[in-house]
Amino acid sequence: MPDAAHRSDFTLPIAAGVGYKPRHFAAIMADPGRVGFLEIHAENYMGEGGRMVAQLGHLAERLPISLHGVGLSIGGEGRLDQDHLARLARLNAWLRPAAFSEHLAWSTHEGAYLNDLLPLPYTNATLQRVADHIDEVQEALGRRMMLENPSTYLAFAESTWAEPDFLREIARRTGCALLLDVNNVFVSATNLDFAPQGYIDAFPLDLVREIHLGGHAEDVDEHGRPLLIDDHGHKVTGAVWALYDYTIARAGPRPTLIEWDADVPEWPVLESEAARAARSLREAGA
Amino acid sequence: MSVDQTAFRAALLDPEAPVPAGLVDAAGAPAGKRFDVYRNNVAVSLTEALEVAFPVVRKLVGDDFFKAMAGVFLRRHPPTSPILALYGADFPRFLRGFKPAASLGYLPDVARLEQALRESFHAADAAPADAARLQALAPDALMRARLTLAPSLRVIRSPWPIHGIWTFNTTEGALQPPGEAQDVLITRTDYDPHPHLLPPGGADFVEALLKGDSFGAALGRAGAVARDFDLTATLGLLIGGEAITDIHTDEAPDDPLSATA
Repeated sequence: MPDAAHRSDFTLPIAAGVGYKPRHFAAIMADPGRVGFLEIHAENYMGEGGRMVAQLGHLAERLPISLHGVGLSIGGEGRLDQDHLARLARLNAWLRPAAFSEHLAWSTHEGAYLNDLLPLPYTNATLQRVADHIDEVQEALGRRMMLENPSTYLAFAESTWAEPDFLREIARRTGCALLLDVNNVFVSATNLDFAPQGYIDAFPLDLVREIHLGGHAEDVDEHGRPLLIDDHGHKVTGAVWALYDYTIARAGPRPTLIEWDADVPEWPVLESEAARAARSLREAGA
Repeated sequence: MSVDQTAFRAALLDPEAPVPAGLVDAAGAPAGKRFDVYRNNVAVSLTEALEVAFPVVRKLVGDDFFKAMAGVFLRRHPPTSPILALYGADFPRFLRGFKPAASLGYLPDVARLEQALRESFHAADAAPADAARLQALAPDALMRARLTLAPSLRVIRSPWPIHGIWTFNTTEGALQPPGEAQDVLITRTDYDPHPHLLPPGGADFVEALLKGDSFGAALGRAGAVARDFDLTATLGLLIGGEAITDIHTDEAPDDPLSATA
């Protein structure tokens, strides 16, 4: 793909956005407040028609849309699901979103879709496979994508790469950009006992085209050590806001999305989380 | 020690299986409870998807029974596609063979009705045809006409009173279901699917139209099943449900405005 096409692959505004939920449709159409863009899960809009698709059409006339895939299984050992890739390409062509992103994770194996973002060993073999799959996706969609860092609860003994280096190398091989989920960094850092600021320092921030923020739940493992669960069911915690401010102080302001997928609140609560992110963006020079 | 996705997946769906060696915590010790987070995410999220999909089945068997049943189903029939809006197509067939629920013979058909409602919700859009065009046809032209029906239309036949069961469990103050077989027509207006009770012969009439039979042939099919087939009521459901999307006639149109689209 020529460079000119690359520049139009990521056109989200430097603003705060929210993950779209159908229950907020009327509120958003009436007044989106401080919300400058919306993100949708691609798999929820692959029906042939009906209200979901119709409402998305209205929203897309109102606000830029970030298209976020949750089911492509880019880290899968098998081939990418060709039917699913074709559906995704159709949705992308119709919607013409301001960005497309997917996860460094797997979810489908031998035809079974497991509906979770499952972890990968960071080895040379995984790196090659993920890079090949990203090449295939970018070819099918005719655009560059962002790859998102996962939240993890455990590690693979066989891993030989640190996650920031692994993502940097995938981006170098494929030309993809990165989506930095700051809550995921905090969750993984707590669960795997590393310093989240150190992860941010090692991350290729120049490749970040969108940031995610979300809430998590707190648990402990069988040894009494903290175990954070990335459930997107709460407000963003103070520690994650601090890590976000640390990040954009280094990276500069970036399009920032609030994810809230479980126990979804009323619109004013979600909008106020976006307004909080917008404040940080202004302070970082947006 | 490497862990491939075959081993990961097998342990994920089997809560009794040991956690694959090679999955570790920050100290390099076996992952233990940390692996259970993934197990839990998979089982809980797929159970929730089924709860959203089959609310009446859930109400009929109770929350705890439904959760246990969903746990068996999702391990035997994990989704084959990431589009969870339609996950559960195998659920009615699974229920037919699920012995602990065998005393509720109508359960699989209620599940079929709920699955059809979801299919209708996500089906392609199609604008209704002007019903006045049907009424304007001469009787013999009407009998030869063929109708295109909306992609969101569904017909569910059942030996059980599924319309009554569905209504009783979704509508405040609804009557007890009768003790008779019921066929249901689903139509979608303003993006919302609605199940309607079809009169005897109605399912035969609509299914014949769906197959491409002429209006007259469909009427014959319905009349053969129910001598007092109520055409007015059945047509009323189709027209009121905006389910007729095109009317094909073999008449030479003398008025260009009434020509077949």
